[in-house]
Amino acid sequence: MEFFHDVNIDFLGKKWYFLAFSLVFSVAGVLSMAFWHHIPWGVDFRGGTLVYVRFSHTPDLGQVRALLDRAGLHDPKIQPYDQPSLNEVLIDLDIRETSEKDLSQGRTKIINALETNAPAGKEDLNNASSLRIKNYVMDKDPMHLGTDADAKYTAQTQAIVDFRDKVHGGVLNSLDQLKSAAGVDPAVAASIPDGFFLSDFGVRNVEIVGPQVGGQLRTQAGLATLYSLLGMLVYLGFRFEWIYGIAAVVTVFHDTLITVGAFSLTNTDINIKLMRREKLSDIVNRSINQTLSRTILTAGLTFLTVLALFLFGGEVLRGFSLALVIGILIGTYSSIAIAAPILVAYQDWRIEKGKRPVGMPVAKAK
Amino acid sequence: MNKNLLWKLLFIVGTMLFFLFGIFGIPKGFSGEALLTALTDHIHLGLDLKGGTHLILQVQVNEAVNVDAQNAIELLKDQLRSHKIDYTDISQPDPQNNPDRLVIKGVPPAARSDLRSIVLERLPEYDITTGASDTWNMAMKPSNLTDLKTRAVQQAIETIRNRVDALGVSEPTIQEHGLGQYQILVQLPGVDDMTRVQEIMQNTAMLEIKQVMSGPYSSQAAALQANSGVIPPDQLLLPGNTLGGRAEGEQWFLVSRVSAVNGKDLKRADPSTDQNGQPDVNFQLTRDGGQRFFNFTSAHVKDSLGVVLDNKVREVASINEPIRDQVQISGHMDAQAAKDLAMILNSGALPASIHYLEERTVGPSLGADSIRSGVRAAVIGMLAVLVFMLIYYRGAGVNADVALIMNLIILLGFLGWSTIAGVNVAITLPGIAGVILTVGMGVDSNVLIFERIREELRNGKTPPSAVDQGFSHAWITIVDTHVTTIVSAAILFIFGTGPVKGFATTLTFGLLANLFTAVFVSRVIFDWVLTRKQRGEALSI
Repeated sequence: MEFFHDVNIDFLGKKWYFLAFSLVFSVAGVLSMAFWHHIPWGVDFRGGTLVYVRFSHTPDLGQVRALLDRAGLHDPKIQPYDQPSLNEVLIDLDIRETSEKDLSQGRTKIINALETNAPAGKEDLNNASSLRIKNYVMDKDPMHLGTDADAKYTAQTQAIVDFRDKVHGGVLNSLDQLKSAAGVDPAVAASIPDGFFLSDFGVRNVEIVGPQVGGQLRTQAGLATLYSLLGMLVYLGFRFEWIYGIAAVVTVFHDTLITVGAFSLTNTDINIKLMRREKLSDIVNRSINQTLSRTILTAGLTFLTVLALFLFGGEVLRGFSLALVIGILIGTYSSIAIAAPILVAYQDWRIEKGKRPVGMPVAKAK
Repeated sequence: MNKNLLWKLLFIVGTMLFFLFGIFGIPKGFSGEALLTALTDHIHLGLDLKGGTHLILQVQVNEAVNVDAQNAIELLKDQLRSHKIDYTDISQPDPQNNPDRLVIKGVPPAARSDLRSIVLERLPEYDITTGASDTWNMAMKPSNLTDLKTRAVQQAIETIRNRVDALGVSEPTIQEHGLGQYQILVQLPGVDDMTRVQEIMQNTAMLEIKQVMSGPYSSQAAALQANSGVIPPDQLLLPGNTLGGRAEGEQWFLVSRVSAVNGKDLKRADPSTDQNGQPDVNFQLTRDGGQRFFNFTSAHVKDSLGVVLDNKVREVASINEPIRDQVQISGHMDAQAAKDLAMILNSGALPASIHYLEERTVGPSLGADSIRSGVRAAVIGMLAVLVFMLIYYRGAGVNADVALIMNLIILLGFLGWSTIAGVNVAITLPGIAGVILTVGMGVDSNVLIFERIREELRNGKTPPSAVDQGFSHAWITIVDTHVTTIVSAAILFIFGTGPVKGFATTLTFGLLANLFTAVFVSRVIFDWVLTRKQRGEALSI
């Protein structure tokens, strides 16, 4: 089986279309970042408090907002998260609610605000820590254990917590459910309602990043990108000619402008590499067509795996895998449409100046 | 079969056994359950998959410097007095940001060389220079300053480790955080009570017993008023905390600046109950501390003493008789608080207070979901690639698939061996993504080689020489792509944090393994297939 046998498309002849296309999207990307949407920094970079809450029923976002507002948390972003059937909500507090003096106050406020049905003197089993539960059962001693109580009640607590978190995804609907929990002694299950109640939610995940770390991470990420570009420039310059490195770096910038994918490194690289084998100028076109099968195949296969990650990898990785998916698409496009014309333009310029084109027969590498 | 090929095959089998051992060790049995236990014993899950808490702490190192500078001031005053050198003032002009900078005022010019030699002899870690109009500037030498700050961080790590160990957290990570200055990274798998853990770790546990000079006052203003607006220089105004059931800030005390004994004199602390059955904390002093405490209490019978914890008065009692080595902090705490306080006191004081910069908590329910979807995505992605290769390259597809599976075994085996070696490279959710990406990129190399072989066959080469040409031509391209990606991954590893590091690690080792499987293993399989074919028989590719 073989795709792309004997294709002959004049890619370079269409370079102005490609460049126009890229220019439009790059400029659109820059304008959008500068004027309309700002750069969509994640919580790592901007700092702030993210609390992921799962409800036992379909959440009423308006009510959640009202409750938080009453607790003094103003203008949080509240949005549904993951599939609607999971009843999850992401609460995003501004950096102003995230003080390094008391980092977790936002989380505490959210939990307290949402526990609307709290009876006096009882704790919320959906958000109780295992230590709280263990202290309670130790105190009550429903199994009338004399010695060795600690180990037994630790195991009982673990069974309750596992039942809540692993069997029921973090939220119980009714304390009666505990009676059917594996490993929980009936006497322990019966003692729980005296000290605990159930709220209608459980906190699944919390991310709190203070302003200092946010700034630090921005700097580090910037440096990391810069150094990897430099590394690529140096390596390609060392292996081939510096113009290959520059073409690759320009291509990466182009890609990053349009998407956030840094993955185009690989594709860009393979393509330029394959072109190196033959003489340049109009050969580039032939080269693109010859390597088209390879480029599309390799990119396609990587795309296949990344697509699996995007579709089945779960909500946590969604942003990351989306960046990869877009990055591969744009990367494949730009290695044909951007990197190649840069090389050819450079060669034309050198020939005009009467110099020997780079990468011609006297090339140093094998 | 030729001998060379046999050796290569044996080498491959040996490598696979080596890495399989890394993944499973010697499993107890071959049932699914036994294999799963063996697997989870060897490959550790990261925080994002297991559930737990990730924290970044900032050590306020300037506090430690400040303590040192205060001691230096006391020592200097003492020395100047004993050498009969006049001075008007020794102060810190900028205690917030540069607590090590000292300014000495009013030393007569005649005493210059004496002052210099005192500093040189008694405070060698400080530089002294002349300032404007009879002042002297002192500052800690940069190397000593960095040293002091680094030691504060190390001591904080040690103390936090003691406390975390006492909490019974298994496999915690507590280390200096590479990204920032004087920061600590703490990872606590399976911990779900963040509030309590933070309180316990953040508690500086600076314990002092001081004489209570006067109080309680209802406010700071009242205390000032009672002392005609000036607090005596040898006294401090401190708030009471949970004292007699009052909230912090409702009561204020004037206490002596000098402590009778402090946390260093503590031998051990234990939770217990007082005569009314209320939880309290009992502590014993060391011999030396006990002797000093005895001297102090002997001299101050009928006076009041206060137990001061983190600059808050926790307990005030009058001294009825000399006490040697037993002291209590009682009142208004529950049994858990008494236990925690005793534990914190036993673990030692933090050299400086800490602030939290970042907190991430992953609930165990989310971790379990993440494993499920991560593994599902990996299996689906892998199957898609395996099937595609079989259809597109037929016989050679088997080749690529074997290489791919071996690649995965080596990658997981590497993670397993890291546990055996005690380095513990845990697999994180982005790490799983790294595995998936490795699958996608790993197969790239095979595509390059196979396409080249097809090209050579099309040009009329015989199968053996096409295979030979295909491998030798594709090899250099494969090295190029791998080097650039590994360079990027290495930079990601150096600059990235936590989960991103996991991604960079699996990606790097996946690619290294790929060099072996996609090139060496795949070549050996080709050679083996070729030895079994008749001359001129076509190659399935």
